Amino acid sequence: MLVVASVRRQQIINASADDVWAFVGDPTTLPEWFPGVSDAVVDGDERTITIGSGIPLPERILTNDSVLRRFQYTVSAGFFRHHLGTIDVFDLGDDRCLIAYATDAEPDVMALVIGGAAGAGLRELKRQFESGERPVGNATGRA
Amino acid sequence: MGRRILFITTDQQRYDTLGCNGGLLSRTPVVDALAADGIRYERAVPQSVVCMPSRSTMLTGQHQATHGVWMNGVPLPVDAPSVAAVLHDAGYRTALIGKAHFEPFLDPFERFNENRVASLGTDTIEAPQYGGGVGPHRGFDHLRFATHGATGYLHYAKWIAAEHPEAIGNYYSVIDADLEVNAEGLGDTGAPQVKHNPIERDWYHTDWVAQRTIDWLGGLDADDDWFCWMSFPDPHHPWDPPESELHRVPWRDVDLPAGYPESAADRERILDAKPAQWRRWYDGTLVSNYEAPPAWVPAAMTADQVREVNAMNAIEVELIDEAIGRVLAEIERRGWTDDVDVIVTTDHGELQGDFGLLFKGPYHVDGLMRLPLIWRPATSAAVEPATVTAPVGLIDLAPTFTQIAGVATPEWMQGSALPVSDADAQTRGIDQQLTAWDSELFGVGMYVRTITRDGWVCTTYLPGAVHDGTEGELYSLADDPLQRENRWDDPAVRSLRDDLVAQLRASLPPELEPRLELEAPV
Repeated sequence: MLVVASVRRQQIINASADDVWAFVGDPTTLPEWFPGVSDAVVDGDERTITIGSGIPLPERILTNDSVLRRFQYTVSAGFFRHHLGTIDVFDLGDDRCLIAYATDAEPDVMALVIGGAAGAGLRELKRQFESGERPVGNATGRA
Repeated sequence: MGRRILFITTDQQRYDTLGCNGGLLSRTPVVDALAADGIRYERAVPQSVVCMPSRSTMLTGQHQATHGVWMNGVPLPVDAPSVAAVLHDAGYRTALIGKAHFEPFLDPFERFNENRVASLGTDTIEAPQYGGGVGPHRGFDHLRFATHGATGYLHYAKWIAAEHPEAIGNYYSVIDADLEVNAEGLGDTGAPQVKHNPIERDWYHTDWVAQRTIDWLGGLDADDDWFCWMSFPDPHHPWDPPESELHRVPWRDVDLPAGYPESAADRERILDAKPAQWRRWYDGTLVSNYEAPPAWVPAAMTADQVREVNAMNAIEVELIDEAIGRVLAEIERRGWTDDVDVIVTTDHGELQGDFGLLFKGPYHVDGLMRLPLIWRPATSAAVEPATVTAPVGLIDLAPTFTQIAGVATPEWMQGSALPVSDADAQTRGIDQQLTAWDSELFGVGMYVRTITRDGWVCTTYLPGAVHDGTEGELYSLADDPLQRENRWDDPAVRSLRDDLVAQLRASLPPELEPRLELEAPV
């Protein structure tokens, strides 16, 4: 039996990698695209999110690399024996990119719970960028 | 004013748990009387043997491949087709009371409507509708939700927390500290998911669902048309009925079920003749799906544990029967009986000791695939009582509801209104049912397709974690009612097998593209 469960979700978005990264690489934007997150407060490498049930979840930001376009974090709450979340944005050229959100977790079930929600979040990102709701070309993605 | 519809579902109930179907353990006089006055189906088949896909079929009237809910944890899109919306648009008052499970339960982000509505304190949630526009969530203008136990976001859990907080811990904890299905046994025998529950009977979710149904009916006008889906969470595990009721079926007096081979050698011989996932799950070397405790090894189950599970299950079935009786009494009191169609069924079955197994999974045999289904048409419809042996499916419920309501059946429904006799089934060419299973759990993929036709059940396996795509199962329902002799490789029935496989492949609808994503374990 494997020790850590791993779940990955991905989307191809018709927007440049720079624009998408500029948005998702900002750790305060999470409530704007991740379902069921109502707040995200960042203090240095600590981020505290508030989820739909009102529970605050402390997280530690591990990587925020604008060259790789990689963001990694771990949930610090005691329930997890292990958690690593990784968001990668890959440039596909022609103003298209691939965004992947990987969740490794123990207990296993939490990989599905967070990874499943992340899939819905990526669909929401795609909708926002492709509907014109989120302006592109300014490398911030912020409306 | 037309015919009203009381649609009653249970969760994970076997065909043979009803007296009218030959069951001896539970006393079910209320449903038995409905069967005597109506139509009893002897071969009702689910299109999936797990909750979310099966319930999605009931609501949409579509196969799993079409509605797209390919395993538990895949939410049915909120704007999916819904027979309740069709009836609502036709002027029906519509309610869903009890277990819905079109959306995942494990939802700490509280992002699904089913998990939000109780917190919002509204009767329903306005949501996008199939075909455009907005309307009540899935067409129901009244939602009151419950599931197994007393924790979570749903109305029943909030009611218990507010009215009887001391009772919350009385229930068995369905999931363990790692959020896996719990393997702990807290009854007399150590059987998993069994607990003596000291809760007051009136506070138990079965009676809560019945009372909320009565309350909703009580608020309707006498001439309202209505469609009420009353959905009991039992007798799905955990098996933790009120302790006060355990005297009904003492487990020590329970005979072992016919499907349970008492000798381990017999169990292993039977399982070894089936595709590999059967024996590997039994031995504890394969966890293919979330619906059974991964820490539980079926081979270790004792005969007494089988007895206790069956006893607890029977008690829960009796409590449901009595709860149905209370609701029917209210309908009678309102003077509606002659104009109410009552349909009783479940979403899928339970292995309950068959082959030495419990719970459910990618196992297309009668324990999971032969369902109780009773339709007591409104007296005003003058339908003769009957027993139907032709295979019918849960996919046929939605078009039955539209037919009862006198509403045109939408083209997106893929089933046929239930036949009222075998002659009716023959005339209308109702002679086969399809069932599908897909699951992917941490790298273990399982894909199963089955056809029930001409007295046979034929199952094929697509390539996956433990199958190469050549495996199959073939059982004669008449000669082998316990499905112990897999005739897939029997040359004597090879042409029959080829015909059934060809028919299966020709009948399966195309898979929804793009495939919906798995968003939670359950």
